[in-house]
Amino acid sequence: MNQSPQTTEAKTLVDYQIVTWHFLASILYIFVAILAGLSFSLQFLQKYPFPGVELLSPGRIRMVHTQAVAFGWLANGFFAVLYYVVPKLTGNRVLHTTLSRIVFFAYNGLVLGAVALILLGHAQGLEWAETPAVLDPFIAIGVVLLVINLMVPIIKTRASKMYVSLWYISAALIWTPIVYVLGNFLPQYFFAGTSGATISSMYIHDLVGLFVTPLGIASVYYLLPVVMKKPLYSHALSIIGFWGLAFFYPLNSAHHYLFSPIPMWTQYASIVASIGVHVVVYTVVFNLFATIASDWTQLATNHVVRWIFFGTLAYLITCVQCAVQVTLSAQSIIHFTDWVVGHSHFVLFGVFSFWVTAWMYYLLPRIWGVPIYSESLARWHFWMQTLAISIMQIDLLSAGLVQGMMWKSLSPFIDSVAASMPFWWVRTFTGIMILVGEVCFLINIYLTWQDSRVTKQNSLTPQPIGA
Amino acid sequence: MGFIEKFSGVFLIAGILMFFSAVIGLAAIPVWMLDRTQAWQDVAREVPEDFKDDFKTVDEYKAALFKGRDLYIAEACWHCHSQFVRPTANESLRYGPVSMPGESQNALNLPQLFGTRRVGPDLSRESGKKSNDWQYAHLYKPTNVVPQSVMPSYSWYFEIKDNVPVPKYEAKAIVAYLQWLGSTVKDRKESEYDFEQEQLPPRQ
Repeated sequence: MNQSPQTTEAKTLVDYQIVTWHFLASILYIFVAILAGLSFSLQFLQKYPFPGVELLSPGRIRMVHTQAVAFGWLANGFFAVLYYVVPKLTGNRVLHTTLSRIVFFAYNGLVLGAVALILLGHAQGLEWAETPAVLDPFIAIGVVLLVINLMVPIIKTRASKMYVSLWYISAALIWTPIVYVLGNFLPQYFFAGTSGATISSMYIHDLVGLFVTPLGIASVYYLLPVVMKKPLYSHALSIIGFWGLAFFYPLNSAHHYLFSPIPMWTQYASIVASIGVHVVVYTVVFNLFATIASDWTQLATNHVVRWIFFGTLAYLITCVQCAVQVTLSAQSIIHFTDWVVGHSHFVLFGVFSFWVTAWMYYLLPRIWGVPIYSESLARWHFWMQTLAISIMQIDLLSAGLVQGMMWKSLSPFIDSVAASMPFWWVRTFTGIMILVGEVCFLINIYLTWQDSRVTKQNSLTPQPIGA
Repeated sequence: MGFIEKFSGVFLIAGILMFFSAVIGLAAIPVWMLDRTQAWQDVAREVPEDFKDDFKTVDEYKAALFKGRDLYIAEACWHCHSQFVRPTANESLRYGPVSMPGESQNALNLPQLFGTRRVGPDLSRESGKKSNDWQYAHLYKPTNVVPQSVMPSYSWYFEIKDNVPVPKYEAKAIVAYLQWLGSTVKDRKESEYDFEQEQLPPRQ
């Protein structure tokens, strides 16, 4: 890191409290998300645990699942990373610590409010934007405050060269509020039907492509060299990857509604741009793997590197998948099937959740000034999640092909449901594995915190260990 | 590395322009085209025959359609039922005519409910395929009608009178909405494929 701040500044530079809070909120939401997802998967086996309860209706639980994943778990995780990485890379503190706290409570209050209102039946009818329409303006204001808080230290920095993570972060901070406002308000109030779908598809894509992806890549570009104590393979390559993302990702939008009444030229443009995303993917993946390749042995000895490695591998797989499934001939079969569900789980869980988890394993013990309680539990966590998501991926892709082929061959619809049953059983089973893995994680983190309390009582001057 | 960094400013402007050109090219222009060429439609002009007992006036019927649409969103029906027929994979044989841009240009499609997953069948041509009674029975407990169905029961939209479930206003609104879906499509004809008989449609 060519811009690591002076160690004397490091103590006051990062607000470790807000980082911890965001991580803990994030861990809370992953359990909400997993329990909701697991209950919903039981509906597919005709074994829903709360039948006939209006507030826990399976459809509403499904929306709680996706909201908790995107806005509870991943967003909180990324915010924690931002509050750590931005001051570290710029050498400036965030605008104001009180503002950080206000945004933390307001944001998490809004996410909890959204969950409550969805359960009460006030969801918004737009994909990834199910947050009730009444809350949307407040969320937009909250996001803008967060952006101001984090952009000020970036603008203040006088360094002639910015590390690649800062490029990604600044871009994501500019894109996110615009994307959120466009996607939540235009199709809700102004444009109906096909016009609305054109804008919605842009939002569905941009939320993943311009919010989750850049922040995920930024976080891993920072963490990997730091945790391996090796330089990044190529800074130039990482910059090329960044501009590839900036040029191709915004153009991908309509690929979520192919063969829909959206004008065909819009759909073709999206398909071509989606295939162009390969430029981004291969530069990022090559760069990260080449960095890991400078010392492969750390994969065996350092569990944080292991999380990053599998996340990167999953990123490569999903993006190769993306370029295949975006073609019209593949869409004809796989659209509307479990293939898409498998793909999105692999992206959000296999890639970004793994990277966020790597950050938690790296940072939380350091903030508390103790080593992680149990390497063994961490290994259980890793292998449970890796096996679970890999099995789920293969299972749902296969289910998607079966469903798509049966629909095309004009089998009665209910036969495709019956044929999916074995796949759905496997899916629920992998969900249980993920829950078990995450419980290992929770126990490990709790015991690490307990350790730190004991250490604190023994020594009077606890100090967070900076990177 | 240094070479690329020299042009950071140029790239920054290019990147921002790229985002806005994407918004203009892939959202604003298609939206402008669609809104310009498709007339905004009326939701309904009269109460359909099957709903004359439930709704006295057109306004009452329209209010029910919107209520039904809101419940369709609240229960996330649209996460498992799509609302457009694609010109591929024999979908026009299974569901009916392929979806056109103009047909969703009305207030009930604000917000749009195209959907991206089919755990159950597409509903954009649902109007008239099943009787109202079938819809009520199915909504109350889907497995009573289709044993292998994985659709949840929506029994809270019914009240029990003399041991018989009777639809509340909400259930009537949902069924009114379901029976409305696709009813505005001109030249609509039923699928040629008879799923009960399980035989292929006649060749053209």
